[in-house]
Amino acid sequence: MSFEDIKLLLSEKFGPEVIIGEETGGLQPALLIEPLRIAEVCLELRNNPKTYFDFLSSITGVDYGIEAMRFGVVYHLASIPYQTQLTLKVSVENNRDLDNLPSFPSITSVYRTADWHEREAYDLVGIFFDGHPDLRRILLPDDWDGFPLRKDYKTAEYYKGIKIDF
Amino acid sequence: MSSEMNDSGGVVITKMNDLLNWARLSSLWPLSFGIACCAIEFMGAFASTYDLDRYGVFPRPSARQADVLIIAGTVTFKMAERIKRLYEQMPEPKYVISMGSCSNCGGPYWQHGYHVVKGVDRVIPVDVYVQGCPPRPESLIGAILELQKKIEGERLVG
Repeated sequence: MSFEDIKLLLSEKFGPEVIIGEETGGLQPALLIEPLRIAEVCLELRNNPKTYFDFLSSITGVDYGIEAMRFGVVYHLASIPYQTQLTLKVSVENNRDLDNLPSFPSITSVYRTADWHEREAYDLVGIFFDGHPDLRRILLPDDWDGFPLRKDYKTAEYYKGIKIDF
Repeated sequence: MSSEMNDSGGVVITKMNDLLNWARLSSLWPLSFGIACCAIEFMGAFASTYDLDRYGVFPRPSARQADVLIIAGTVTFKMAERIKRLYEQMPEPKYVISMGSCSNCGGPYWQHGYHVVKGVDRVIPVDVYVQGCPPRPESLIGAILELQKKIEGERLVG
């Protein structure tokens, strides 16, 4: 199924408002999806026999920069039987306050792989996934402060009495 | 040390100090513990080409049985706590070899590595540093010989 066919399929199933836009400039075209409906879109793309995106290659958390005040998540789906790939992007505005994390629906109910991917995005970029069964840090120690891959992250001076900087 | 042989058997005369040092330096058992790519060279040093066993260096799976802790790889802050605990579990006398740039000083992560301890000597005391990224097995063997020299000069008292 081509990119255009997938677009058509999604807007027929969920209405045209589910696709906010598209990016075709990159190596692979991407669909910008309405953030709150990403889980149902993934479920449909996985279950529909015409698309059958049965494999979640990766989830990436994105910090679009301090001026943009925007966080996003990129989903790379792959269909093993059809040998096709699809990129989905969602993003929301956020004031970068650590008490107000950008939030997206979790897709762990669709792809079990998403569990650790979402934990990694939470750990390093500080993105909250609503409905995730066990959203803890995965790489850094549990008592780490802040999210290191955010653009405004400042390294602390000490961690448990050990100086961090060289 | 000097030895005399007669019909009833051999006699070895030595100083207690020398005997202990000789025993310690001839059986440096490292903990089989690797954290990053340096561990590949560490394993290579034990394999048939370099055969560290000929120096009495034989890896132990338990910190309780180990004499030397070879820090072979990048020490993250999460791992630093575990390394400290392993070091504390080792019986005295114990020695530490810091193997490779990462555990010497943070290596390639010295500037932007928020998660890397800039030198394992910020966590535990180090006896011998091995430079390289990663060091070849010859360098590690060199460090073990260097550690043996250090042990040779130890004294029981004073």
